[in-house]
Amino acid sequence: MGASIYKNKKPAIIFLIPAFLFMIVYLYYPFLQNIWNSFQNIRQLGSSGEGFLNPWYSNYVEMFHDEVVWISLKNTLIMMLVTLVGQVGIAIVLALMVDNITHGKHFFKTVYFFPIVISATALGLLFNLIFLYDKGMLNQILEKLGKVGLTDWKGEGIALFTMMLPVMWQYVGFYFVILITGLNNISDELYEAARIDGASTFQKVRYISIPLLHNVICTCSVLAVTGALKVFDLPWTMFPKGMPLKSTFLTGTYMYYHTMETKNVDYGSALAVLIVVLGIVLAKVVNAIFKEKDY
Amino acid sequence: MKKKISVGSILVYFFLSIWAFTTIYPIIWVIQNSFKAKDKILADSFSLPVGDLFTTANYRKAFGNLNIFGAYRNSVFISMMVSLLVILLAGMAAYALARYCFRGSNFLYSMVVSAMMFPVFATIIPVFSMETSLGIVNTSSWWLTMLSVILPQVAGNLAFSIVVLSGYMKSLPLELEEAAYMEGCNAFQIYFKVIMPLTKPSFATVAIFAFLWSYNDLFTQMFFLRRPEMRTITRLLNELTSQEGTNYGLMAAAVTLVVVPVVIVYIFLQKYIIKGMTAGAVKG
Repeated sequence: MGASIYKNKKPAIIFLIPAFLFMIVYLYYPFLQNIWNSFQNIRQLGSSGEGFLNPWYSNYVEMFHDEVVWISLKNTLIMMLVTLVGQVGIAIVLALMVDNITHGKHFFKTVYFFPIVISATALGLLFNLIFLYDKGMLNQILEKLGKVGLTDWKGEGIALFTMMLPVMWQYVGFYFVILITGLNNISDELYEAARIDGASTFQKVRYISIPLLHNVICTCSVLAVTGALKVFDLPWTMFPKGMPLKSTFLTGTYMYYHTMETKNVDYGSALAVLIVVLGIVLAKVVNAIFKEKDY
Repeated sequence: MKKKISVGSILVYFFLSIWAFTTIYPIIWVIQNSFKAKDKILADSFSLPVGDLFTTANYRKAFGNLNIFGAYRNSVFISMMVSLLVILLAGMAAYALARYCFRGSNFLYSMVVSAMMFPVFATIIPVFSMETSLGIVNTSSWWLTMLSVILPQVAGNLAFSIVVLSGYMKSLPLELEEAAYMEGCNAFQIYFKVIMPLTKPSFATVAIFAFLWSYNDLFTQMFFLRRPEMRTITRLLNELTSQEGTNYGLMAAAVTLVVVPVVIVYIFLQKYIIKGMTAGAVKG
Protein backbone atom coordinates (compact mmCIF):
# COMPACT_ATOMS: atom_id res chain seq x y z
CA MET A 1 0.00 0.00 0.00
CA GLY A 2 2.79 2.40 0.97
CA ALA A 3 4.48 1.72 -2.31
CA SER A 4 1.43 2.61 -4.39
CA ILE A 5 1.76 6.34 -3.66
CA TYR A 6 5.20 6.44 -5.16
CA LYS A 7 4.63 3.90 -7.91
CA ASN A 8 4.03 6.62 -10.45
CA LYS A 9 7.52 8.01 -10.86
CA LYS A 10 6.65 10.90 -13.14
CA PRO A 11 6.26 13.53 -10.39
CA ALA A 12 9.76 12.66 -9.16
CA ILE A 13 11.21 14.00 -12.39
CA ILE A 14 9.48 17.32 -11.91
CA PHE A 15 10.65 17.49 -8.30
CA LEU A 16 14.22 16.75 -9.27
CA ILE A 17 14.71 18.78 -12.43
CA PRO A 18 15.02 22.31 -11.01
CA ALA A 19 17.64 21.51 -8.39
CA PHE A 20 19.67 19.21 -10.60
CA LEU A 21 19.57 21.55 -13.55
CA PHE A 22 20.87 24.24 -11.23
CA MET A 23 23.65 22.06 -9.92
CA ILE A 24 24.72 21.01 -13.40
CA VAL A 25 24.74 24.57 -14.75
CA TYR A 26 26.29 26.23 -11.70
CA LEU A 27 28.52 23.51 -10.25
CA TYR A 28 29.31 20.59 -12.53
CA TYR A 29 29.69 22.44 -15.80
CA PRO A 30 31.83 25.27 -14.29
CA PHE A 31 33.91 22.73 -12.42
CA LEU A 32 34.86 20.90 -15.63
CA GLN A 33 35.14 24.13 -17.57
CA ASN A 34 37.61 25.37 -14.97
CA ILE A 35 39.91 22.39 -15.55
CA TRP A 36 39.68 23.04 -19.30
CA ASN A 37 40.37 26.75 -18.71
CA SER A 38 43.59 25.98 -16.89
CA PHE A 39 45.07 24.78 -20.21
CA GLN A 40 43.74 27.70 -22.21
CA ASN A 41 44.90 31.20 -22.90
CA ILE A 42 42.40 33.62 -21.33
CA ARG A 43 42.90 37.31 -21.88
CA GLN A 44 40.55 38.67 -19.21
CA LEU A 45 37.96 37.64 -16.65
CA GLY A 46 34.65 36.91 -18.33
CA SER A 47 35.98 36.05 -21.77
CA SER A 48 36.46 32.50 -22.94
CA GLY A 49 39.69 30.78 -23.86
CA GLU A 50 41.55 31.62 -27.07
CA GLY A 51 43.10 28.27 -27.81
CA PHE A 52 45.54 26.13 -25.92
CA LEU A 53 48.61 27.46 -24.21
CA ASN A 54 51.90 26.43 -25.72
CA PRO A 55 52.62 23.87 -24.35
CA TRP A 56 49.11 23.19 -23.05
CA TYR A 57 50.33 22.33 -19.53
CA SER A 58 52.51 25.42 -19.18
CA ASN A 59 50.45 26.83 -16.27
CA TYR A 60 51.31 23.76 -14.24
CA VAL A 61 55.00 24.10 -15.12
CA GLU A 62 54.85 27.74 -14.07
CA MET A 63 53.13 26.75 -10.84
CA PHE A 64 55.97 24.37 -10.07
CA HIS A 65 58.55 27.13 -10.51
CA ASP A 66 56.47 29.85 -8.84
CA GLU A 67 58.01 30.50 -5.45
CA VAL A 68 54.81 32.09 -4.13
CA VAL A 69 52.85 28.90 -4.85
CA TRP A 70 55.20 27.05 -2.54
CA ILE A 71 54.87 29.79 0.09
CA SER A 72 51.08 29.64 -0.12
CA LEU A 73 51.13 25.84 0.06
CA LYS A 74 53.37 26.00 3.09
CA ASN A 75 51.11 28.61 4.71
CA THR A 76 48.00 26.55 3.97
CA LEU A 77 49.57 23.47 5.55
CA ILE A 78 50.51 25.51 8.61
CA MET A 79 46.93 26.81 8.68
CA MET A 80 45.68 23.22 8.69
CA LEU A 81 47.90 22.32 11.60
CA VAL A 82 46.71 25.41 13.43
CA THR A 83 43.05 24.57 12.82
CA LEU A 84 43.59 20.94 13.80
CA VAL A 85 45.61 21.52 16.95
CA GLY A 86 44.29 24.96 17.86
CA GLN A 87 40.61 24.82 16.97
CA VAL A 88 39.81 21.17 17.57
CA GLY A 89 42.26 20.90 20.47
CA ILE A 90 40.97 23.94 22.35
CA ALA A 91 37.41 22.90 21.54
CA ILE A 92 37.96 19.44 23.07
CA VAL A 93 39.35 20.94 26.27
CA LEU A 94 36.52 23.49 26.52
CA ALA A 95 33.85 20.88 25.74
CA LEU A 96 35.13 18.46 28.36
CA MET A 97 35.21 21.24 30.94
CA VAL A 98 31.72 22.50 30.12
CA ASP A 99 30.40 18.93 30.21
CA ASN A 100 31.55 18.64 33.82
CA ILE A 101 29.99 21.82 35.20
CA THR A 102 26.43 22.24 36.38
CA HIS A 103 25.71 25.94 35.99
CA GLY A 104 26.15 28.14 32.96
CA LYS A 105 26.44 25.45 30.27
CA HIS A 106 24.04 27.35 28.06
CA PHE A 107 25.82 30.65 28.62
CA PHE A 108 29.20 29.28 27.55
CA LYS A 109 27.71 27.60 24.50
CA THR A 110 26.11 30.87 23.39
CA VAL A 111 29.23 32.93 24.00
CA TYR A 112 31.67 30.51 22.40
CA PHE A 113 29.64 30.09 19.25
CA PHE A 114 29.02 33.77 18.79
CA PRO A 115 32.13 34.76 16.66
CA ILE A 116 31.04 32.37 13.90
CA VAL A 117 27.90 34.38 13.27
CA ILE A 118 29.84 37.56 12.56
CA SER A 119 31.18 38.06 9.07
CA ALA A 120 34.89 37.41 8.79
CA THR A 121 35.23 40.74 7.00
CA ALA A 122 33.98 42.65 10.03
CA LEU A 123 36.27 40.58 12.23
CA GLY A 124 39.15 41.42 9.90
CA LEU A 125 38.55 45.13 10.49
CA LEU A 126 38.22 44.51 14.21
CA PHE A 127 41.51 42.64 14.34
CA ASN A 128 43.18 45.30 12.24
CA LEU A 129 42.38 47.69 15.09
CA ILE A 130 43.52 45.23 17.73
CA PHE A 131 46.86 44.54 16.05
CA LEU A 132 47.47 48.15 15.04
CA TYR A 133 51.14 49.12 15.25
CA ASP A 134 50.76 52.65 16.66
CA LYS A 135 48.85 51.72 18.87
CA GLY A 136 46.14 49.10 18.85
CA MET A 137 44.75 47.12 21.74
CA LEU A 138 47.59 44.62 21.99
CA ASN A 139 50.42 47.13 21.86
CA GLN A 140 48.64 49.24 24.47
CA ILE A 141 48.33 46.25 26.76
CA LEU A 142 52.00 45.35 26.26
CA GLU A 143 52.98 48.92 27.00
CA LYS A 144 50.97 48.87 30.22
CA LEU A 145 52.76 45.69 31.18
CA GLY A 146 56.01 47.61 30.87
CA LYS A 147 57.25 46.54 27.45
CA VAL A 148 59.46 49.14 25.75
CA GLY A 149 58.99 49.66 22.03
CA LEU A 150 56.09 48.65 19.82
CA THR A 151 55.59 45.27 18.16
CA ASP A 152 54.83 45.36 14.45
CA TRP A 153 52.25 42.57 14.38
CA LYS A 154 51.99 42.73 10.63
CA GLY A 155 55.73 42.77 10.02
CA GLU A 156 57.82 40.00 8.55
CA GLY A 157 58.18 36.88 10.62
CA ILE A 158 55.19 37.51 12.83
CA ALA A 159 52.60 38.30 10.12
CA LEU A 160 51.62 34.68 9.67
CA PHE A 161 50.89 34.35 13.37
CA THR A 162 48.81 37.55 13.31
CA MET A 163 46.80 36.20 10.39
CA MET A 164 46.13 32.74 11.78
CA LEU A 165 45.25 33.67 15.33
CA PRO A 166 41.88 35.30 14.45
CA VAL A 167 40.96 32.50 12.02
CA MET A 168 41.64 29.96 14.74
CA TRP A 169 39.82 31.99 17.38
CA GLN A 170 36.69 32.41 15.27
CA TYR A 171 35.96 28.72 14.70
CA VAL A 172 36.77 27.18 18.07
CA GLY A 173 33.10 27.55 19.03
CA PHE A 174 31.98 25.63 15.97
CA TYR A 175 33.88 22.50 16.95
CA PHE A 176 32.97 23.09 20.57
CA VAL A 177 29.26 22.80 19.75
CA ILE A 178 29.75 19.65 17.67
CA LEU A 179 31.79 18.05 20.47
CA ILE A 180 29.32 19.08 23.17
CA THR A 181 26.53 17.47 21.15
CA GLY A 182 28.64 14.34 20.95
CA LEU A 183 29.23 14.40 24.71
CA ASN A 184 25.51 14.79 25.40
CA ASN A 185 24.88 11.63 23.38
CA ILE A 186 26.98 9.58 25.79
CA SER A 187 24.60 7.81 28.11
CA ASP A 188 24.58 8.90 31.76
CA GLU A 189 24.51 5.28 32.86
CA LEU A 190 28.14 4.86 31.84
CA TYR A 191 29.20 7.75 34.07
CA GLU A 192 26.98 6.49 36.84
CA ALA A 193 28.58 3.03 36.66
CA ALA A 194 32.03 4.61 36.68
CA ARG A 195 31.11 6.72 39.70
CA ILE A 196 29.95 3.67 41.61
CA ASP A 197 33.23 1.96 40.77
CA GLY A 198 34.99 4.96 42.29
CA ALA A 199 36.39 6.60 39.15
CA SER A 200 37.67 10.15 39.45
CA THR A 201 36.53 12.90 37.10
CA PHE A 202 39.79 12.61 35.23
CA GLN A 203 39.37 8.86 34.81
CA LYS A 204 35.81 9.32 33.56
CA VAL A 205 37.06 11.75 30.93
CA ARG A 206 40.00 9.57 29.97
CA TYR A 207 38.23 6.22 29.77
CA ILE A 208 34.67 7.15 28.79
CA SER A 209 34.38 10.59 27.18
CA ILE A 210 37.43 10.61 24.92
CA PRO A 211 37.08 7.07 23.51
CA LEU A 212 33.38 7.59 22.84
CA LEU A 213 34.08 10.91 21.16
CA HIS A 214 36.49 9.31 18.70
CA ASN A 215 34.17 9.48 15.69
CA VAL A 216 33.08 13.03 16.45
CA ILE A 217 36.72 14.11 16.72
CA CYS A 218 37.33 12.40 13.38
CA THR A 219 34.51 14.41 11.77
CA CYS A 220 35.87 17.61 13.30
CA SER A 221 39.36 16.90 11.99
CA VAL A 222 38.15 16.36 8.43
CA LEU A 223 36.12 19.56 8.65
CA ALA A 224 39.05 21.51 10.08
CA VAL A 225 41.46 20.37 7.37
CA THR A 226 39.08 20.96 4.46
CA GLY A 227 37.90 24.19 6.09
CA ALA A 228 41.46 25.51 6.18
CA LEU A 229 41.50 25.34 2.37
CA LYS A 230 38.44 27.59 2.16
CA VAL A 231 39.72 30.41 4.36
CA PHE A 232 39.60 33.63 2.42
CA ASP A 233 37.75 36.58 3.96
CA LEU A 234 39.81 37.21 7.07
CA PRO A 235 43.29 36.91 5.51
CA TRP A 236 42.26 39.01 2.53
CA THR A 237 40.85 41.76 4.76
CA MET A 238 43.83 41.84 7.10
CA PHE A 239 46.63 41.11 4.63
CA PRO A 240 45.50 42.07 1.13
CA LYS A 241 47.74 40.88 -1.68
CA GLY A 242 49.77 38.68 0.61
CA MET A 243 51.56 41.55 2.26
CA PRO A 244 54.23 41.86 3.56
CA LEU A 245 56.23 40.73 0.50
CA LYS A 246 53.71 38.05 -0.56
CA SER A 247 54.58 36.07 2.55
CA THR A 248 51.04 35.57 3.85
CA PHE A 249 49.34 34.12 0.76
CA LEU A 250 47.15 31.08 1.21
CA THR A 251 46.17 28.96 -1.78
CA GLY A 252 42.72 30.60 -1.86
CA THR A 253 43.92 34.20 -1.62
CA TYR A 254 46.67 33.54 -4.14
CA MET A 255 44.12 32.19 -6.60
CA TYR A 256 42.02 35.32 -6.13
CA TYR A 257 45.11 37.52 -6.50
CA HIS A 258 45.93 36.09 -9.92
CA THR A 259 42.35 36.11 -11.12
CA MET A 260 41.44 39.63 -10.07
CA GLU A 261 44.65 41.59 -9.49
CA THR A 262 47.17 40.39 -12.08
CA LYS A 263 44.42 39.36 -14.56
CA ASN A 264 46.20 36.07 -15.15
CA VAL A 265 42.88 34.23 -15.31
CA ASP A 266 44.06 30.90 -16.69
CA TYR A 267 46.76 30.71 -14.05
CA GLY A 268 44.05 31.37 -11.44
CA SER A 269 42.09 28.43 -12.88
CA ALA A 270 45.14 26.20 -12.58
CA LEU A 271 45.56 27.27 -8.95
CA ALA A 272 41.89 26.40 -8.33
CA VAL A 273 42.55 22.91 -9.71
CA LEU A 274 45.46 22.65 -7.29
CA ILE A 275 43.11 23.55 -4.41
CA VAL A 276 40.66 20.82 -5.44
CA VAL A 277 43.38 18.17 -5.69
CA LEU A 278 44.82 19.24 -2.37
CA GLY A 279 41.39 19.05 -0.72
CA ILE A 280 40.69 15.52 -1.96
CA VAL A 281 44.14 14.20 -1.02
CA LEU A 282 44.10 15.73 2.45
CA ALA A 283 40.57 14.57 3.26
CA LYS A 284 41.67 11.02 2.35
CA VAL A 285 44.79 11.31 4.50
CA VAL A 286 42.87 12.54 7.55
CA ASN A 287 40.24 9.85 7.09
CA ALA A 288 42.97 7.22 6.96
CA ILE A 289 44.62 8.55 10.12
CA PHE A 290 41.43 8.76 12.17
CA LYS A 291 39.65 5.65 10.95
CA GLU A 292 36.06 5.54 12.11
CA LYS A 293 35.57 2.97 14.81
CA ASP A 294 32.49 1.19 16.02
CA TYR A 295 32.04 0.77 19.72
CA MET B 1 33.84 16.37 49.85
CA LYS B 2 32.11 19.58 48.91
CA LYS B 3 35.28 21.67 49.39
CA LYS B 4 37.31 19.36 47.14
CA ILE B 5 34.85 19.69 44.29
CA SER B 6 34.69 23.44 44.49
CA VAL B 7 38.46 23.96 44.15
CA GLY B 8 38.45 21.97 40.94
CA SER B 9 35.34 23.60 39.60
CA ILE B 10 36.60 27.09 40.40
CA LEU B 11 39.60 26.35 38.20
CA VAL B 12 37.33 24.99 35.46
CA TYR B 13 35.11 28.07 35.62
CA PHE B 14 38.21 30.25 35.58
CA PHE B 15 39.52 28.73 32.33
CA LEU B 16 36.09 28.74 30.72
CA SER B 17 35.67 32.41 31.59
CA ILE B 18 39.01 33.29 30.04
CA TRP B 19 37.89 31.96 26.67
CA ALA B 20 34.48 33.61 27.08
CA PHE B 21 36.32 36.85 27.76
CA THR B 22 38.26 36.59 24.50
CA THR B 23 35.04 36.25 22.53
CA ILE B 24 33.08 39.01 24.27
CA TYR B 25 35.63 41.66 25.10
CA PRO B 26 36.81 42.54 21.55
CA ILE B 27 33.23 43.45 20.65
CA ILE B 28 32.76 45.59 23.74
CA TRP B 29 36.12 47.19 23.07
CA VAL B 30 35.23 48.13 19.51
CA ILE B 31 31.83 49.47 20.55
CA GLN B 32 33.29 51.73 23.24
CA ASN B 33 35.97 53.01 20.88
CA SER B 34 33.44 53.80 18.18
CA PHE B 35 32.36 56.69 20.42
CA LYS B 36 35.86 58.18 20.66
CA ALA B 37 37.96 60.35 18.40
CA LYS B 38 40.85 58.70 16.58
CA ASP B 39 43.67 60.11 18.73
CA LYS B 40 41.83 59.10 21.92
CA ILE B 41 41.58 55.52 20.67
CA LEU B 42 45.31 55.42 20.06
CA ALA B 43 46.15 57.01 23.39
CA ASP B 44 43.97 54.88 25.64
CA SER B 45 41.48 52.48 24.15
CA PHE B 46 40.39 50.91 27.44
CA SER B 47 38.68 53.84 29.12
CA LEU B 48 34.93 54.19 28.76
CA PRO B 49 33.73 56.93 26.41
CA VAL B 50 32.30 59.26 29.03
CA GLY B 51 32.55 63.02 29.47
CA ASP B 52 34.99 64.71 27.12
CA LEU B 53 35.89 61.44 25.45
CA PHE B 54 32.39 60.87 24.13
CA THR B 55 31.67 61.82 20.54
CA THR B 56 29.23 60.69 17.88
CA ALA B 57 31.35 62.10 15.07
CA ASN B 58 32.28 58.63 13.81
CA TYR B 59 28.64 57.69 13.41
CA ARG B 60 27.76 60.96 11.71
CA LYS B 61 30.58 60.31 9.32
CA ALA B 62 29.56 56.69 8.82
CA PHE B 63 25.99 57.59 7.95
CA GLY B 64 27.07 60.60 5.90
CA ASN B 65 29.84 59.07 3.82
CA LEU B 66 28.92 55.42 3.66
CA ASN B 67 25.74 54.10 2.21
CA ILE B 68 25.12 51.80 5.17
CA PHE B 69 21.38 51.48 4.74
CA GLY B 70 21.74 50.72 1.05
CA ALA B 71 24.31 48.06 1.88
CA TYR B 72 21.98 46.52 4.47
CA ARG B 73 19.13 46.48 1.97
CA ASN B 74 21.31 44.75 -0.63
CA SER B 75 22.68 42.23 1.85
CA VAL B 76 19.30 41.33 3.32
CA PHE B 77 17.67 41.09 -0.10
CA ILE B 78 20.37 38.80 -1.49
CA SER B 79 20.44 36.57 1.59
CA MET B 80 16.65 36.28 1.77
CA MET B 81 16.36 35.36 -1.87
CA VAL B 82 19.15 32.83 -1.50
CA SER B 83 17.48 31.10 1.44
CA LEU B 84 14.05 31.14 -0.23
CA LEU B 85 15.34 29.64 -3.45
CA VAL B 86 17.41 27.08 -1.58
CA ILE B 87 14.38 25.96 0.42
CA LEU B 88 12.23 25.70 -2.67
CA LEU B 89 14.66 23.83 -4.89
CA ALA B 90 16.36 21.72 -2.26
CA GLY B 91 13.06 20.79 -0.58
CA MET B 92 11.56 19.35 -3.76
CA ALA B 93 14.69 17.48 -4.73
CA ALA B 94 15.12 16.15 -1.19
CA TYR B 95 11.53 14.86 -1.19
CA ALA B 96 12.01 12.99 -4.45
CA LEU B 97 15.30 11.51 -3.26
CA ALA B 98 13.84 10.52 0.11
CA ARG B 99 10.64 8.87 -1.15
CA TYR B 100 10.98 7.70 -4.73
CA CYS B 101 12.95 4.59 -5.58
CA PHE B 102 14.06 4.45 -9.17
CA ARG B 103 17.03 3.38 -11.21
CA GLY B 104 19.75 5.99 -10.82
CA SER B 105 18.47 7.48 -7.56
CA ASN B 106 21.63 6.39 -5.79
CA PHE B 107 23.67 7.95 -8.53
CA LEU B 108 21.78 11.23 -8.17
CA TYR B 109 22.33 11.20 -4.42
CA SER B 110 26.06 10.68 -4.82
CA MET B 111 26.03 13.54 -7.34
CA VAL B 112 24.65 15.74 -4.57
CA VAL B 113 27.20 14.56 -2.01
CA SER B 114 30.14 15.14 -4.32
CA ALA B 115 28.79 18.60 -5.23
CA MET B 116 29.30 19.49 -1.55
CA MET B 117 33.04 19.07 -2.04
CA PHE B 118 33.41 21.61 -4.84
CA PRO B 119 35.23 24.64 -3.46
CA VAL B 120 33.90 27.97 -4.72
CA PHE B 121 37.38 28.77 -6.04
CA ALA B 122 37.03 26.03 -8.63
CA THR B 123 33.75 27.22 -10.14
CA ILE B 124 33.83 31.00 -9.86
CA ILE B 125 35.74 31.89 -13.06
CA PRO B 126 33.54 29.87 -15.46
CA VAL B 127 30.42 31.05 -13.63
CA PHE B 128 31.60 34.60 -14.12
CA SER B 129 32.10 34.15 -17.88
CA MET B 130 28.78 32.33 -18.17
CA GLU B 131 26.94 35.17 -16.47
CA THR B 132 28.85 37.69 -18.56
CA SER B 133 27.59 36.05 -21.73
CA LEU B 134 24.09 36.05 -20.26
CA GLY B 135 24.53 39.79 -19.82
CA ILE B 136 23.77 39.96 -16.09
CA VAL B 137 27.25 40.91 -14.85
CA ASN B 138 28.35 44.50 -14.31
CA THR B 139 25.19 46.08 -15.64
CA SER B 140 23.56 49.20 -14.27
CA SER B 141 20.43 47.25 -13.40
CA TRP B 142 20.11 46.61 -9.68
CA TRP B 143 17.91 43.55 -10.14
CA LEU B 144 20.24 41.86 -12.59
CA THR B 145 23.29 42.53 -10.42
CA MET B 146 21.56 41.09 -7.39
CA LEU B 147 20.57 38.07 -9.50
CA SER B 148 24.17 37.55 -10.58
CA VAL B 149 25.18 37.06 -6.92
CA ILE B 150 22.07 35.15 -5.85
CA LEU B 151 22.39 32.38 -8.43
CA PRO B 152 25.93 31.20 -7.60
CA GLN B 153 25.21 31.48 -3.88
CA VAL B 154 22.10 29.30 -4.26
CA ALA B 155 24.20 26.74 -6.10
CA GLY B 156 26.75 26.79 -3.30
CA ASN B 157 24.10 25.94 -0.68
CA LEU B 158 21.93 23.48 -2.61
CA ALA B 159 23.88 20.28 -2.12
CA PHE B 160 24.28 20.68 1.63
CA SER B 161 20.58 21.54 2.00
CA ILE B 162 19.40 18.55 -0.01
CA VAL B 163 21.46 16.22 2.19
CA VAL B 164 20.10 17.69 5.43
CA LEU B 165 16.48 17.87 4.24
CA SER B 166 16.30 14.41 2.70
CA GLY B 167 17.80 12.93 5.85
CA TYR B 168 14.99 14.51 7.85
CA MET B 169 12.24 13.58 5.38
CA LYS B 170 13.33 9.93 5.40
CA SER B 171 12.63 9.84 9.13
CA LEU B 172 9.02 11.01 8.72
CA PRO B 173 6.35 8.29 9.07
CA LEU B 174 4.65 7.24 5.83
CA GLU B 175 1.16 6.98 7.37
CA LEU B 176 0.26 10.64 6.90
CA GLU B 177 1.19 10.56 3.25
CA GLU B 178 -0.85 7.38 2.81
CA ALA B 179 -3.86 9.02 4.42
CA ALA B 180 -3.52 12.02 2.14
CA TYR B 181 -3.18 9.70 -0.82
CA MET B 182 -6.37 7.88 0.16
CA GLU B 183 -8.13 11.24 0.29
CA GLY B 184 -7.13 11.69 -3.32
CA CYS B 185 -4.12 14.02 -3.06
CA ASN B 186 -1.54 13.79 -5.80
CA ALA B 187 2.20 13.88 -5.22
CA PHE B 188 2.41 17.66 -5.40
CA GLN B 189 -0.41 18.17 -2.92
CA ILE B 190 1.21 15.64 -0.62
CA TYR B 191 4.49 17.51 -0.81
CA PHE B 192 3.11 20.98 -0.22
CA LYS B 193 0.39 20.08 2.28
CA VAL B 194 1.88 17.19 4.24
CA ILE B 195 5.64 17.01 3.82
CA MET B 196 6.49 20.69 3.89
CA PRO B 197 4.71 21.49 7.16
CA LEU B 198 6.21 18.43 8.81
CA THR B 199 9.71 19.34 7.67
CA LYS B 200 9.47 22.87 9.07
CA PRO B 201 12.21 22.52 11.71
CA SER B 202 14.64 21.23 9.14
CA PHE B 203 13.65 23.96 6.68
CA ALA B 204 14.35 26.55 9.36
CA THR B 205 17.79 25.05 9.92
CA VAL B 206 18.63 25.13 6.23
CA ALA B 207 17.21 28.62 5.71
CA ILE B 208 19.24 30.09 8.56
CA PHE B 209 22.39 28.41 7.37
CA ALA B 210 21.92 29.67 3.81
CA PHE B 211 21.04 33.17 5.00
CA LEU B 212 24.09 33.56 7.22
CA TRP B 213 26.43 31.96 4.75
CA SER B 214 25.29 34.33 2.03
CA TYR B 215 25.27 37.35 4.35
CA ASN B 216 28.86 36.75 5.45
CA ASP B 217 30.33 35.59 2.15
CA LEU B 218 32.86 37.98 0.70
CA PHE B 219 34.46 35.96 -2.10
CA THR B 220 31.51 35.69 -4.51
CA GLN B 221 30.50 39.29 -3.85
CA MET B 222 33.98 40.56 -4.68
CA PHE B 223 33.52 39.16 -8.17
CA PHE B 224 30.02 40.36 -8.95
CA LEU B 225 29.42 43.56 -6.99
CA ARG B 226 31.62 46.23 -8.52
CA ARG B 227 29.47 49.36 -8.43
CA PRO B 228 29.16 51.40 -5.21
CA GLU B 229 25.35 51.35 -5.12
CA MET B 230 25.31 47.55 -5.42
CA ARG B 231 27.60 46.95 -2.46
CA THR B 232 26.57 44.71 0.39
CA ILE B 233 27.69 45.01 3.98
CA THR B 234 30.74 42.76 3.68
CA ARG B 235 31.70 44.41 0.39
CA LEU B 236 31.37 47.86 1.96
CA LEU B 237 33.59 46.91 4.88
CA ASN B 238 36.19 45.51 2.53
CA GLU B 239 36.16 48.72 0.51
CA LEU B 240 36.44 50.73 3.71
CA THR B 241 39.66 48.98 4.73
CA SER B 242 41.38 49.85 1.50
CA GLN B 243 40.17 53.45 1.31
CA GLU B 244 39.85 54.68 4.88
CA GLY B 245 42.23 52.24 6.53
CA THR B 246 43.64 54.87 8.89
CA ASN B 247 40.38 56.41 10.04
CA TYR B 248 40.16 54.18 13.09
CA GLY B 249 37.12 55.83 14.64
CA LEU B 250 35.12 55.35 11.47
CA MET B 251 36.26 51.73 11.22
CA ALA B 252 35.15 51.07 14.80
CA ALA B 253 31.78 52.67 14.07
CA ALA B 254 31.34 50.64 10.88
CA VAL B 255 32.21 47.39 12.63
CA THR B 256 29.74 48.24 15.41
CA LEU B 257 26.97 49.01 12.93
CA VAL B 258 27.50 45.69 11.21
CA VAL B 259 28.00 43.52 14.27
CA VAL B 260 25.30 44.82 16.63
CA PRO B 261 22.24 43.82 14.54
CA VAL B 262 23.71 40.37 14.05
CA VAL B 263 24.34 40.02 17.78
CA ILE B 264 20.74 41.00 18.56
CA VAL B 265 19.35 38.50 16.06
CA TYR B 266 21.74 35.88 17.40
CA ILE B 267 20.59 36.38 20.99
CA PHE B 268 16.98 35.74 20.01
CA LEU B 269 17.49 32.93 17.51
CA GLN B 270 20.62 31.31 18.93
CA LYS B 271 19.06 27.88 19.31
CA TYR B 272 18.13 27.70 15.64
CA ILE B 273 21.30 29.42 14.46
CA ILE B 274 23.63 27.07 16.31
CA LYS B 275 21.65 24.10 15.02
CA GLY B 276 21.64 25.46 11.50
CA MET B 277 25.34 26.16 11.35
CA THR B 278 26.37 22.75 12.69
CA ALA B 279 23.67 20.60 11.04
CA GLY B 280 25.83 19.57 8.10
CA ALA B 281 28.66 18.50 10.34
CA VAL B 282 26.61 16.46 12.78
CA LYS B 283 24.75 14.62 10.06
CA GLY B 284 28.03 13.89 8.33
